[in-house]
Amino acid sequence: MIDPVLASRLQFALTTIVHIVFPVMSMGLAPFLIYFTWREIRGGDAVYEQLRRFWTKIFAISFVVGTVTGIVLEFEFGTNFAAFSTAAGELFGGPLAVEGMMAFMLEATFLGIFVFGRERVSDRLYMISSVAVGLGTWLSAVWILIANSWMQTPRGYEVATENGQTVIHLVDPIAAYLNPRFGFMFVHMQNAAVESVALFMAGVAAYYVYRHHVWGYPVEHVAFWQKTLKIALVALLLTAPLQVLHGDLYARHVYETQPQKFAAMEAVWDTEAYVPEYIFAIPTDLSQLTDPRAKELFGFGIPGGASWLASGGNPNAEIRGLNSFDSEAPPVAIVFWSFRAMVGLGFWFILLAFWGGYRWYTGELFEDGLLHKSLMASSLLGILAVELGWVVTEVGRQPWVIQGVLETSEGVSPGLTGTEAMITLTGFAAVYTAILAVYTYVIVRLIRSGPPDEADLDSVPDRRPESDAAPAGVSDDD
Amino acid sequence: MTSVEALAAGPLFGLPLPELWFALVFAMLGTFLFLDGFDFGAGAIFATLEEGEARETVLSAIGPFWDGNEVWLVVFGGALFAAFPAVYANLFSRHYLLMFGILGALILRGLAPEMYEQRHDERWQRWWGRSFIAGSVLAPFLLGAFAGNWLAGSSRSFTLVGIVVGVTVTALTVVSGAAFLRLKAADALPASVRRIGLGAVAAYLLSVVATLGVLAVRLPAGVEALLTAPVIALVLASVALAGGYALALRRGANLAALAAAAGLTYGLVTVVALLMYPSMDPAAGLTVGEAIVSTLPLNLMSIGAALLLPLVATYFVVLYSAFSGPISAGEAY
Repeated sequence: MIDPVLASRLQFALTTIVHIVFPVMSMGLAPFLIYFTWREIRGGDAVYEQLRRFWTKIFAISFVVGTVTGIVLEFEFGTNFAAFSTAAGELFGGPLAVEGMMAFMLEATFLGIFVFGRERVSDRLYMISSVAVGLGTWLSAVWILIANSWMQTPRGYEVATENGQTVIHLVDPIAAYLNPRFGFMFVHMQNAAVESVALFMAGVAAYYVYRHHVWGYPVEHVAFWQKTLKIALVALLLTAPLQVLHGDLYARHVYETQPQKFAAMEAVWDTEAYVPEYIFAIPTDLSQLTDPRAKELFGFGIPGGASWLASGGNPNAEIRGLNSFDSEAPPVAIVFWSFRAMVGLGFWFILLAFWGGYRWYTGELFEDGLLHKSLMASSLLGILAVELGWVVTEVGRQPWVIQGVLETSEGVSPGLTGTEAMITLTGFAAVYTAILAVYTYVIVRLIRSGPPDEADLDSVPDRRPESDAAPAGVSDDD
Repeated sequence: MTSVEALAAGPLFGLPLPELWFALVFAMLGTFLFLDGFDFGAGAIFATLEEGEARETVLSAIGPFWDGNEVWLVVFGGALFAAFPAVYANLFSRHYLLMFGILGALILRGLAPEMYEQRHDERWQRWWGRSFIAGSVLAPFLLGAFAGNWLAGSSRSFTLVGIVVGVTVTALTVVSGAAFLRLKAADALPASVRRIGLGAVAAYLLSVVATLGVLAVRLPAGVEALLTAPVIALVLASVALAGGYALALRRGANLAALAAAAGLTYGLVTVVALLMYPSMDPAAGLTVGEAIVSTLPLNLMSIGAALLLPLVATYFVVLYSAFSGPISAGEAY
């Protein structure tokens, strides 16, 4: 029989990994939708209404699936991690409650207007709704990351024992909630969401642009897809370099505040200086797979690179090895490889952005078939990079659920049996696979059917009599 | 004294904050049960309608609202977690499989309306229609079962109290759903919706009687807990409201019928809250005073809630007034 601790961890991992896809889509789409709505209301080019309507459908589905999978996460703290919830509820429950009241409510109520209300409300209220929905998605991340960052780098608390139970009390809310880690997590996460959606948009648009311009097939709504590609490229050019630059600062913060996680990211066992940054490492035999750098057959690294990364410029800096910690090491291989894959993807996205930007500059954006194929192949890699980043963050902090305070195994519900945990784990594996399949199916269908025809856009009368709208069919090729 | 020290020193303005949060948590539960209740009820009534236009009308009626309505469950969970973490943890882990049943029902119910509209072919819509119905009926039943077990201090997933409370809550959602659908689409839906509402309110009263009978035997505090003035008054008020509901629905005063359904819902939740106070989690032996978080986070949350809940109420007013009145023919999901 499987251990309830392991089953609970697997279940939480599974439900989080699937859930995160949908908030990434909605957080990343939010700024695009606000922009599209604003351009649509300002009038002039019908393509913005097509953009707003098309991407709103994808937003709405992502939101619904995000909601149903998110409620599961909230409940799992009570069902599977009751000891953690009892001990840390005072610090952890507050941000969750505020997230619901402040962010989720804003998003869910105005989404009703944003999805269904274009013909019912004024342009002004419609614009406000799009901003409210976007603000709601971002504020949600604020509060979830406040809760998470506190678990990574806990501050402002006091541990007490009451009736034989460990209870963590809040003593300094500013220190606890305005944790420095929160800033790193928030910028890294939001930028990643926008970058992921930009990659997704670019990949989808590249498919149609490629079919039309490279293959010469007739494609409906060419102007729409061209516009989508350009907007996505602009977003990628803004977000991709920032993500890597910021990621570097974030890694340094991890080195300073969670040295055990940093050591796992670099697979450093013994404390040493002048540690190379391994690009990859091959172990001598399969039994060493869980530790990429023990008895390595071949490793390729940049001399002093990891030390340089950790210290912000000193290749001789010392990195504390995993062997020097009292607690058990996190699963090193998972953290080591996830980190490398994430960083590698980050650099690939910068390359894609510059490549696309250069082709745009030379006027060959719609003709470079190799660029289109690369964008198509990369359309889901942004989301993959987000997943990998969360694996580094969450697996890397093991065995701690609250770094240095409470181990994950101590947080699991005391009465939980292996059978119960297995039943729900199996159930979730099935249900979440089905959810992902249905979601993918529906999104692919929406992409295949494309945006609404321009002829169908007359739903809202133009409220600007002096409109300088371009005649239908003429694309705005800026 | 710094502001943090002042916040940690004692409850804000000397207010009885543990009791206020106890009331607030149940008020949130009641709001969820009323607002999402009419969505659940609409799902149950959906089962009685022919495939095609009538079903589309039901989905259009709840379309703009149900996301926001369901958030009240998240807010209830969050508030319970934040104010009474030990109760949250004990209750949810004790009813482990039941909680996952509720989650499964909510997943079915949440995905179905959105998916139903994605394809206009019969097989697809039949399956998502079934999933919508199953989720809409199972969710309130299991939530009621959970509340019943909580009240009775039981650790088992299914108990007699749980089942009768589950049936009561399900009947109540149909009462609300019928009034809501009459209000939003009386012309587009068959008159059977009104008959369903009348049947549901009768079923609700019967199941309340059954519940009271079972509770009298099974409650830890016994029959005395039920024979208090507030409980008796609320039960009598519910009978009056049920009569008012039936009358209003017959006369086509659909808004009044919906208001009566709201009254019934808050009345039921208030009875449950009264029976639960002060022993908030009888099975774990935790009272409100023992389960509440310490003063500093309690004060912070109270400030947060005092600022945010009026804002939330505003959002709902904006939403419901944007979509006020009956839905027009052909208004798409």
